[in-house]
Amino acid sequence: MSKTEKEPMFSAKNIKLLSTPLNDENPITVQVLGICSALAVTVKLEPAVVLAVAVVAVMGAANVIISLLRKTIPSRIRIIVQLVVIASLVILVDQVLKAFLYDVSRQLSVFVGLIITNCIIMGRLEAFALGNRVWPSFLDGIGNAAGYGWILIVVAFFRELLGSGTLWDYPVMEKLGLFNIGYENNGFMILPPMALITVGVIIWVQRSRNRKLIESK
Amino acid sequence: MKQSNTYIFLYSSAMVVIVAAVLSVVATVLRPYQELNIEIAKKLDILRSVDKAEQVSEVRDRNAYVEEEYERYIVDSYVIDYLGERQEDVDAFAVNMRDEMRKPLEERNLPVFVARDDDGRENYIFPVHGRGLWGPLFGYVALEDDFNTIFGVILDHESETPGLGAEISAPFFEERFRGKKLFDDEGEFVSVRITKPGTVPPGDHNVDGISGGTITSKGVEEMLYDVLGSYKRYLENRKNI
Repeated sequence: MSKTEKEPMFSAKNIKLLSTPLNDENPITVQVLGICSALAVTVKLEPAVVLAVAVVAVMGAANVIISLLRKTIPSRIRIIVQLVVIASLVILVDQVLKAFLYDVSRQLSVFVGLIITNCIIMGRLEAFALGNRVWPSFLDGIGNAAGYGWILIVVAFFRELLGSGTLWDYPVMEKLGLFNIGYENNGFMILPPMALITVGVIIWVQRSRNRKLIESK
Repeated sequence: MKQSNTYIFLYSSAMVVIVAAVLSVVATVLRPYQELNIEIAKKLDILRSVDKAEQVSEVRDRNAYVEEEYERYIVDSYVIDYLGERQEDVDAFAVNMRDEMRKPLEERNLPVFVARDDDGRENYIFPVHGRGLWGPLFGYVALEDDFNTIFGVILDHESETPGLGAEISAPFFEERFRGKKLFDDEGEFVSVRITKPGTVPPGDHNVDGISGGTITSKGVEEMLYDVLGSYKRYLENRKNI
């Protein structure tokens, strides 16, 4: 690492690693990865936020570890190595949550374990961390996890607000007095298909604002 | 870069050993914390089924508060068999309901926790365990001292659908069980049925289920019937005194 230390920590290139996954190369809306968990955990805001944080932690750490090991990993078993790294990190997160944030871990239950199957993480390990140095890999991991996380949180925001009439379990709609004038929660928002439709709407909004994403034909 | 088979074997063996070592160290170090969490959560559930430990989210030292309330209100606990006979050598707190419900009725160890309020009124608390849509359901049912009327229930689940089946652990649903009765007027054990809202007139033996959480609701109904059914003889004996 010492030879080419000239490049500053937050050079334009590195900032770009962090920011492109948020928009231009968003894992969910552009690459359409990780859709399964976007369906499962976005009914309420709180589990979505905790899962987003957990994914940021796992992905940052996994990218760093794989990047550190990248010269030693035998290419024929690299997928297995990646899987072992991710699985161990997820078990660590799960154990730590159980020991120190027991209530949150009870709420998330199986979803923490499901991080292992999140295809974005392995995708970034394979596509980026295996061929790049530690710091850029770390930024890439954090960036992609954040790109995944903010979509999750936005979807959860609308699904909880419109489906249950609450935000973070605070009864927003009731406090606004909307129920008195005939407003009703839309139970459909709670069901998984509406997560897909919400993601679809986000993709639509994103593409109408970001011309780069429109395929030229 | 092309590696030899020997290298790959060594690499993967080393990796497995290191990962196993790290994970077992972490698990061993964290186990006491996790076990304490589980014990506190269990005590808290027992207390909540009789409306105690209500300031738990406000106190600073949560664990000490729960221990203190438990010492104060839970005055007795014992284990019975399906005939209502006491089993002297079993610790009620250590009984795992999930394992007990897998045994045949005759072999089950059935724990009873006795809560006494400040005014001397007693409640009897029974742990329940059953199956929902995706995984286990569990909780506690507290009966009044007529051994018939439900004083309160606490329900929880491992992996029911958030927003649908998972709502069984929400206070609004648990509230619905209050005052329901397990035995009908002829003294037959009927437990509590969970019905689709609006299909059955409100009564002593049914509560409204959760829309979109039908299978979980049915799971709760079966759980109450099966588990409290195992206590039937005990409840009948005590009820008629």
